[in-house]
Amino acid sequence: MPFGITPEIIANLTVILVVFFALQISAAVLVYMERKVAAFVQQRYGPYLVGPRGALQPLADIIKLMFKEELRPKAADKLLFYVAPVLSAVAAFAAFAVVPFGADTTFFGLLDHPIHLAAADVNVGLLIIFAITSMGVYGIVLAGWSSNSKYSLLGGLRSSAQMISYELSYGLSFAAVIMLAGSLSLQQIVGQQAGYWWLFDAVPIPKWFIFVQPLGFLIFLTAGVAETNRAPFDFPEAEQELVAGYHTEYSSMSFALFFLAEYVNMVTVSAVATDLFLGGWHLPFLPEWLGWLAFLIKVFALLFFYIWMRWTLPRYRYDQLMEFGWKWLLPAAVINLLVTAGIVAYWG
Amino acid sequence: MADMDALLFWVLGAGAIVASLLVIGQRNPMYSVLLLIVSFAALSGLYVLLGAPFVAAIQIIIYAGAIMVLFLFVVMLLNVPTEDPPTGYHARLLGGAGPRRFGAVLSAGLVLELAWALRRLQGAPMPDDAAAVPSSVHAIGVKLFRDYAFAFEATSVLILVAMVGAIVLARKEKS
Repeated sequence: MPFGITPEIIANLTVILVVFFALQISAAVLVYMERKVAAFVQQRYGPYLVGPRGALQPLADIIKLMFKEELRPKAADKLLFYVAPVLSAVAAFAAFAVVPFGADTTFFGLLDHPIHLAAADVNVGLLIIFAITSMGVYGIVLAGWSSNSKYSLLGGLRSSAQMISYELSYGLSFAAVIMLAGSLSLQQIVGQQAGYWWLFDAVPIPKWFIFVQPLGFLIFLTAGVAETNRAPFDFPEAEQELVAGYHTEYSSMSFALFFLAEYVNMVTVSAVATDLFLGGWHLPFLPEWLGWLAFLIKVFALLFFYIWMRWTLPRYRYDQLMEFGWKWLLPAAVINLLVTAGIVAYWG
Repeated sequence: MADMDALLFWVLGAGAIVASLLVIGQRNPMYSVLLLIVSFAALSGLYVLLGAPFVAAIQIIIYAGAIMVLFLFVVMLLNVPTEDPPTGYHARLLGGAGPRRFGAVLSAGLVLELAWALRRLQGAPMPDDAAAVPSSVHAIGVKLFRDYAFAFEATSVLILVAMVGAIVLARKEKS
């Protein structure tokens, strides 16, 4: 082919585009899911007018957001006010780049060499995710500060304190899995979760890390919810106290970007949890080439859990959140890490 | 690919230097903090070019992700107004002849040190093969916990002591 374009390059570009659009579509699906689940929990119908069973409601939401007026407070810092939501969204999308979502494939023999089903293949993938997620906090903090509004500032401050606190437990729960797998590459971590353990030589258990790291999984999930600012840890935007927190002053597409970032972050946390603890694209009795489907099912099961939790649990109080993070979650993560290290050192 | 690497090196290097210079030039401390983050990001890109993705990720996680968030936090909490030229006592303290001379001596020392380091580096052999450079996580771990284990542990104790000291200083006495 001309210009040195090989089928591999085309395939990789396609994967990147698919990831990008799938994330946007999943955000729309999540909005619908959130509304429907919320309605179910509260014994309402939820959206039902736009499209069959209200399925086109997210589209209507997007159109509404696009046509709204873009407002900016007079005293806001002009540059940072517009940079903040972009930063938020970019960090959210970029973090997903290193998440693998399927087994290596040649697309049924179309390619000579199999390619990874991930937008980018990095051998320190987990660290990259951690690094980019920690960049996401800047979007929120800057939004809070640049709006020049008290509610926004308080929301931004709370969020940064919360994210710093929970990032530690988040990272430590990663570390236990890294020790077990002996690798920082998500590809390899998922690869090690293929196959079965045989309980009493009779009962097969999939080799998922959740079965050896149940505490680690719980810590990861809890810290993940706090990282993405979702209920019951949604202090940055606790509406009873802070109107809408860091995005109080935002409207139209700037607001939509924050909204998008929140949902994409949820997808990323769920996808990483799937790769680390739930065996990625491995599912018993499912052929390898359908792996992406298994991955999708697991991710959406976790996302459902996210939404379920939001509409079931009341919000913590802020000091309780901090106490829980530092006095319970972090020690639990450290103990989990030490025990894992001991076991790996003894048997591994 | 070599051209691409060279181009990226110049872009990232220039980005790091320009951002660092702008950090000093800002009146608004908020922008200074953000420009410092840009500078760190460019540095991290340089590490990737050098084939050290681990160092690059750590650079972002620790400096841009943890330390600068604390900086930002402090700037926001104190709500530091834009910096005005100092007047009165502070003007005399910082702008007086004595401090200026002292500052000049310090910067001259820094420039000399940099020149010395660069000259020394010129003679030093650059490891050509990637295997000689501890770039992989495994190699870094072995180096850190075998060859430099004592220094590593001593540093962590030092940091712990500093942390305890900070807490003691910041704690409110109950009386």
